[in-house]
Amino acid sequence: MSDIKKIKDDYIDKLNTENNIDKVNNIKSELFGKNGIISNEFKKLGSISVEERKELASDLNNIKNELQNKITTKIQEIETKEINLKLEKEKIDVTLPERDIEIGKIHPVSQVIDEISSIFSEIGFSVEEGPDVENEYNNFTALNTPDNHPARDMHDTFYLDNNKELLLRTHTSPVQVRTMLKGKPPFKIIAPGRTYRSDSDQTHAPMFHQVEGLHIDKNINMGHLKGCLNYFIKEFFEVDKIKMRFRPSHFPFTEPSAEVDIGYEIKNGKIVIGEGNKWLEILGCGMVHPNVLKNVNINPSKYQGYAFGIGIDRLGMLKYGINDLRAFFETDYRWLSHFGFDPLDVPSNYRGLSR
Amino acid sequence: MKFTIDWLKNHIDTKFNNNQIIDKLTNIGLEVESFESSTSELDTFIVAKIINAKTHPNADRLKLCDVDIGGDKTIEVVCGAPNAKNGLLTVYAPPGSIIPKNQMKLSVSKIRGVTSYGMLCSESELLLSNESDGIIDLKNNKYENKIGEKYFKNTSEKVIDLSITPNRPDCLGVRGIARDLSAAGAGKLKINKKSNLKYRGNQNINVTIKKEKVQGCTTFGSCLIKGVTNTESPKWLKDKIMSLGQKPISAIVDITNYVMFDLNRPLHAYDADKIDNEIIVRSSSKGESFEALDNKKYILENDMCVISDRSGVLGLGGIIGGTRSGTEYSTKNILLESAYFLPRSIRKTSKHLNIDTDAKFRFERGIDPLSIEEGLIKASELIKQICGGEISNLDVKKIENYKKTIINFDPFLFEKTTGFNVENKELIKILEKLGFNVSKNKKILKLVVPSWRPDITQSIDIVEEIVRIKGYEHINTSEPVKTRLKPTLNYYQKLFHFLQRSVASKGYLETVTWSFTDSKINQLFKENDEEIPIVNPISSDLNVLRNSIFPNLIFYLKKNLDRGFKDISFFEIGPAFKGKNPGDQLTVIGAVKAGKVSRLSWNDKERIVDTFDVKKDVIQSLYEAGINKDDIIIDDRTPSYYHPGKSGAVYQNKKEKNAVAYFGEIHPNIKKKLDIKTEGLVIFEICLDYIEELKQKIKDSKSEYKYSDYQKSERDFAFIINNNFKSQELVNIIMSVDNKLIKSVRVFDVFEGENIPEGKKSIAVNVTIQSEEKTLNENDLDNINKLIISSVESKSGAKIRS
Repeated sequence: MSDIKKIKDDYIDKLNTENNIDKVNNIKSELFGKNGIISNEFKKLGSISVEERKELASDLNNIKNELQNKITTKIQEIETKEINLKLEKEKIDVTLPERDIEIGKIHPVSQVIDEISSIFSEIGFSVEEGPDVENEYNNFTALNTPDNHPARDMHDTFYLDNNKELLLRTHTSPVQVRTMLKGKPPFKIIAPGRTYRSDSDQTHAPMFHQVEGLHIDKNINMGHLKGCLNYFIKEFFEVDKIKMRFRPSHFPFTEPSAEVDIGYEIKNGKIVIGEGNKWLEILGCGMVHPNVLKNVNINPSKYQGYAFGIGIDRLGMLKYGINDLRAFFETDYRWLSHFGFDPLDVPSNYRGLSR
Repeated sequence: MKFTIDWLKNHIDTKFNNNQIIDKLTNIGLEVESFESSTSELDTFIVAKIINAKTHPNADRLKLCDVDIGGDKTIEVVCGAPNAKNGLLTVYAPPGSIIPKNQMKLSVSKIRGVTSYGMLCSESELLLSNESDGIIDLKNNKYENKIGEKYFKNTSEKVIDLSITPNRPDCLGVRGIARDLSAAGAGKLKINKKSNLKYRGNQNINVTIKKEKVQGCTTFGSCLIKGVTNTESPKWLKDKIMSLGQKPISAIVDITNYVMFDLNRPLHAYDADKIDNEIIVRSSSKGESFEALDNKKYILENDMCVISDRSGVLGLGGIIGGTRSGTEYSTKNILLESAYFLPRSIRKTSKHLNIDTDAKFRFERGIDPLSIEEGLIKASELIKQICGGEISNLDVKKIENYKKTIINFDPFLFEKTTGFNVENKELIKILEKLGFNVSKNKKILKLVVPSWRPDITQSIDIVEEIVRIKGYEHINTSEPVKTRLKPTLNYYQKLFHFLQRSVASKGYLETVTWSFTDSKINQLFKENDEEIPIVNPISSDLNVLRNSIFPNLIFYLKKNLDRGFKDISFFEIGPAFKGKNPGDQLTVIGAVKAGKVSRLSWNDKERIVDTFDVKKDVIQSLYEAGINKDDIIIDDRTPSYYHPGKSGAVYQNKKEKNAVAYFGEIHPNIKKKLDIKTEGLVIFEICLDYIEELKQKIKDSKSEYKYSDYQKSERDFAFIINNNFKSQELVNIIMSVDNKLIKSVRVFDVFEGENIPEGKKSIAVNVTIQSEEKTLNENDLDNINKLIISSVESKSGAKIRS
């Protein structure tokens, strides 16, 4: 027995210093192979007495387990070492550049339209559209702006024919007419889109964007108009408080009409919306004129409501600090990259309007 | 509309200070654009100090002065005054100033070889005295700390500039503004003094308003003022005229202008001695002409309302007078006109002739038809007072009588519209102060609309009057109600948003370009569409509506390439116009991709962008937008602006319908014609309107989830086939062999050349075969393989490559 213990101790010593996997495997077969030392010791058990056998078998098993454990750990140890050595050699420079990232962006106008749609969706408005080319009737006459009305002078109109029958819509209000003509009240819609006027300078572009709003029902009054716009402006500029002023004005298609100013101040050369003692005009609105309702076959003594028109580009400029309107439409790669939005930034209620 | 607070106070007794007045005006709908002093030519003259006066190098009698003009600025001025010396305080005129004495405008000039910036002034040059021997010597103690400040105090009153909406002609006169203010509680409107003017004799120039098919004049009032001495206006009148930003001309002209701005009552003064016998108000005939007071000759069309005499046209009624009968300093006898012209007629004529005058602006919006006598009297009084003369009886010719507008107003409409209540008593008070005559009939108010308010015709106009005077701040804010009538977006609106963000997420920058474009570029992309010219384009290179998205995209691509960018991808989603009628438009995505992929990459091989880059983008976007993979069919017929051999069309379900998308290389001719310098240019377009709406929503369209756990096998085949044979067809043939067992077919190699016969190509495909019922044995697989080969060979004429 002491021989075996000696052998065990020798092998444990051997294994302790051994670092070669093949040699460890050789040791393994020397001990446990068909004619291995330990295997042979087990074979001997059959030829000894029962009492001796019991004790010897137990010792033998202990030695076997100890050696096997030692071998397993040793193999693992060597393998780990080898892998680590290999990985060490495989190290790459991870600071080298990644494959090209192609970054697409959403134009600020589109982003602002989505923001606006998201806000109005929350209070039950749906989105309507109309064509860019309009007839004179929908753009003016139906909106209580008959021919020879001085208000037409305020709209520098692009015409497509010499009779001035076909034109590029000067505002999104004709969508009101189309929507009401094809449906029955109540109506609760917004209509964002392109609009056109033939003037062009630093602050005017021949094409720009408006969003029209229309809410017609049996008891919609100016208080609802005020509440709706107050909600919208607060949500849009993402502020808790907004200083807002309704001021009487005139549009042929609404009466009473109002222009809405919001308070602002200039801080460190940047416009800050919501507070301050300066006023900025941002939209026009009013109660839909009974003449307009009559023109679209709605009885103004039964139904009434409000409409508004907001300049989208202007809102975007204010919210995102963009100074030059013309740049919106000049497709400068640098500008689009700078002011554009990530396509995954979809304005929504639960994720927030903007990041 | 401009006026001064002083002028306003001629019409209203008010305790309001200036700021209160300004705020009130804006609050009642008379928007104040500005409130500031009018500028004066004398503003430029400033107090300055000579720091150092030395002799001019080229002229003994001139001096070279360093002059302190304030704000740490010193400039050099050449000066001939003997009293110019160090430390002298004087008056400096910078370049651009106009010297009062000779009305000369100063400019930077060289005097004997030395540049002089402006001038130091003498009293005589500033018309302060006749002293011209030296420059002004200002007393030290008073001016020492005023260097750089204006020498002349701007004594002119601050001017209010109102933006008057087109419905309010009555506020194009100061009295109308005062009336509104008074109604809003700003003070008491002054009552006009009764005139005690004495008339002598009759207006003996005969006036006729001719009966015409189209007669633009309904009333013509006039009086004759004899024996006047036309002169310069007195200071008060000049000040008023100048506060309007206008130049005083002569007392008579200034008086007519003053009355116009005071009462919103345009008048016209004729030199009575220049009128040939009589005044005839009639319609013009085509070809008649006259020279107007703006010194332009106008040739008239039919049916323009003219004031004429026996010799011809004197002027356009309510728009502009003529030179032939204009008043001058020498004018002795005046015919003063106060008439009513129809807005429609005025607008038509002035638009046609492109004339804009203060009178036209007012008549076009509607003048008080009952102000004819008032205007004649007020102007006559002033003329008599300033120019003397005798005034004839007033002569008023009419072809139509003014009809009062009466509105029966139910005060409940006010609350119904505004959401708040105003007591009847207050409501009536407001209306009365605005000039309405109010009587009560039970709950209904019978209102006679004042003649100066042509804009008020129905009850809603009354609501507006009350709420604007009461103040919009009284309107309550009702919280929005969240009730929804229908979904926010319809299918195509959702598609718009999906595709927009889907394309952007593939590395394309979204842009927005004009809906119009240059016809020359548009022509390259318009195919068979009609060109849609704009009658009045903003410029000649934006003269047609775009038939396609590409003209603008390509134009701006070139601009960015010229800026030095090489690898560019951008897109636009918007309208492409197919005709000039409303609705003849399609919503289209157009995208361009230029340059290279993996340019200057340290690990990937760089390559030029190609058709399969955009094919991937377009197909993936369509998948993402919800289009069924199996429904997509690719064809090779594309519009002419694509490379005929390297472009494709995408169809949904059927080739007979319109293609939903195109992709490919742009035609090399277009690149050449537009001089686009890039290694590669591929484009794609998706027409949203041609995408079929999905029949079911996702919640209803998900099929049962099935999968097979039986072993799948992969087999590779290579076929030799005509080189114009399309791989899509080969795939379809293989799929149709057994579309239950064949799960997918993937083309993994296409090869032409060595070992392949001329006109042929080799296509290698990998086919995945799997049963949903059992594990296929060798025998089953062999059978499938044989079927695949025989089907392909018989249907395509291909040969399996051995």
